[in-house]
Amino acid sequence: MKIHEYQAKQMFARYGVPIPRGYVAFTVDEAEAAARKLADETGSPVVVVKAQIHAGGRGKGGGVKVAKGGPGEARELSQKILGMQLITHQTGPAGQKVRRLYIEQGLDIARELYLGAVIDRDRRRVAFMASTEGGVEIEKVAAETPEKIITVHVDPAVGFAAYQARELAFGLGIGGKETLGKFVKLLRALFEVVVREDCSLCEVNPLVITKGSDVVALDAKINLDDNAEFRHPEWKDLEDRDEEDPVELEAKAAGLNYVSLDGNVGCLVNGAGLAMATMDIIKHFGQGHGVAPANFLDVGGGANQEQVTKAFKMILKSPKVKAIFVNIFGGIMKCDVIANGVVAAAKELGLKVPLVVRLEGTNVELGRKILSESGLAIQAAGTMADGAQKVVAAVGLVNHEPRSPEGRTGGAK
Amino acid sequence: MSVLVGKDTRLLVQGITGSAGGFHSKQMLEYGTQVVGGVTPGRGGEKFEGKVPVFDTVAHAVKATGANASCIFVPPPGAADAILEAFDAGIALVVCITEGIPVADMLQVRRVLEGLTGKTRLIGPNCPGIITPDACKIGIMPGHIHKAGHVGVVSRSGTLTYEAVGQLTALGIGQSTCIGIGGDPVGGMDFVDVLELFEADPDTHGVILIGEIGGGAEERAARFIKEKMNKPVAGFIAGTSAPEGKRMGHAGAIIAGGKGTAAEKIKALEAAGARVAPTPSDMASTLSAMMKG
Repeated sequence: MKIHEYQAKQMFARYGVPIPRGYVAFTVDEAEAAARKLADETGSPVVVVKAQIHAGGRGKGGGVKVAKGGPGEARELSQKILGMQLITHQTGPAGQKVRRLYIEQGLDIARELYLGAVIDRDRRRVAFMASTEGGVEIEKVAAETPEKIITVHVDPAVGFAAYQARELAFGLGIGGKETLGKFVKLLRALFEVVVREDCSLCEVNPLVITKGSDVVALDAKINLDDNAEFRHPEWKDLEDRDEEDPVELEAKAAGLNYVSLDGNVGCLVNGAGLAMATMDIIKHFGQGHGVAPANFLDVGGGANQEQVTKAFKMILKSPKVKAIFVNIFGGIMKCDVIANGVVAAAKELGLKVPLVVRLEGTNVELGRKILSESGLAIQAAGTMADGAQKVVAAVGLVNHEPRSPEGRTGGAK
Repeated sequence: MSVLVGKDTRLLVQGITGSAGGFHSKQMLEYGTQVVGGVTPGRGGEKFEGKVPVFDTVAHAVKATGANASCIFVPPPGAADAILEAFDAGIALVVCITEGIPVADMLQVRRVLEGLTGKTRLIGPNCPGIITPDACKIGIMPGHIHKAGHVGVVSRSGTLTYEAVGQLTALGIGQSTCIGIGGDPVGGMDFVDVLELFEADPDTHGVILIGEIGGGAEERAARFIKEKMNKPVAGFIAGTSAPEGKRMGHAGAIIAGGKGTAAEKIKALEAAGARVAPTPSDMASTLSAMMKG
């Protein structure tokens, strides 16, 4: 789960990670009021207007602007940014609409650094990475000049040791007893954030050292570990539904694992690995024919018939789907449950595109019987490869169906 | 012969009175697994299915039954604690089926496990378990698709393991032991740990390895295959078509910062002498061709 910068900073503040003063704004009026309040509090008119979307690269996309001239200028900038379609390297070409702003005090920056915490799955530790190349794309630094990134791994039985924090500090060229002390304190507080708030990623880019020698988190990006939701009821309030794909939200509510993709074959599969492999095999046979998966959908092992019906309806409702491939290897999941769910959904919404079904495993005979007696136009497949080839051929037929002289516009009858 | 589990395995089920634990315990009993006890705190003294004794703690259960393996169905909030309890009771093989354990919990479990090297092994979490066909099934895989034989299967994915096993059995090729190591970013045994066992097992003649995007476990496996293995290994890597930055179901299956792609893993495996099946439908036939060749 992703959260906004301002939400991450509120978390930082609770653990004593220094952040600039700032206020969230949902309207231009609120933005102006926030700028005025900040000017009063800090004695400086300089504020930064920052678009709040769940994607990085906001500055480059024009979503972060400095207002040196006080609340009036902040209002003008807010007017431009609020409601804009912000396009960054992480949003995709369509961009993301800006619905929230964060108005923050401007700082006198001496140095910009990079700081990030991730789960290093190969070392099975939380890794803290730091670099002097702050403010830019860290992926680029990692790829081109990996020696500029310093990493320490935190032992969960010990916590973030002070010597490790000093190791990062000296690696970054942070000297001066006062600044060093502040840096070590910030790092250890940040580790507490990562562990206690169940972050799967926590990035501060940039971490700045001000001309007054303060160490401040100027930006904050946090991804939360979805698996830990059960012990964080407060996460509900952090969710921003405007930032999520509505279909993926619907799936999540139904307990399904769904990811939207750009292709035209709807997939319903049990198990994450098999679901990925199904996408792969569709792409394998569909390449060059304009056929690709429209979604990743794992109904899981323990889904009931209602969940399967819901899942199949979601696929049926998607306008981009030109054919459907159901691929099931029943283990805990029984083939008859899948078959009943598919039939129920198809009867309710109508089946307007070709459907290829491959069933294997627990209760396979019963499942096949339910499908064949349903009266639905289903192409049965013996193996994954057979199914993928059949669904690729089916999309080909839909795409190439000639228009009749009466002007009928294709397969959706 | 086989690895890790066989006819002499004495199994405890932690969470035996829950719905998933109960259902699969019955299945395991039917398959012939020696389920010698169950653990559910507060339910000690009961009998599961009228015959399997239930205990309050793993320590009590081990003392009373001599169990040497445990299968965990405890829901995510208590699952890491259940693993630690099994470790502490001296269980040699702990298999955790539970899906959805926070990674912060698994980091701690892993830290404890590092101090138990040589004494305790952990399979999972978020995995189907381990099976030696016709001898011992620990987990949730459909037993009937398996056939006893000489191919080892190791996989990060559950249903894709079934797919591979189904293909092998359809070709008349049996399996020595099949192990699902799970799809989480931090877990117990990884590919290399399992490959070591298969390489040393005289009854395993070839291996199918099923990986997926994310992390570097397949690359480490490739290094091991190149340097230490003489047996043929056929592989498949799921997620060739997965976009960057999207979590594909498994918490571990995500391409981050351009790392952990299927293309890199396939290249590493092939360079190590393993053969990677062109599609997931060709896993068994790819290995079969290597073993004949």
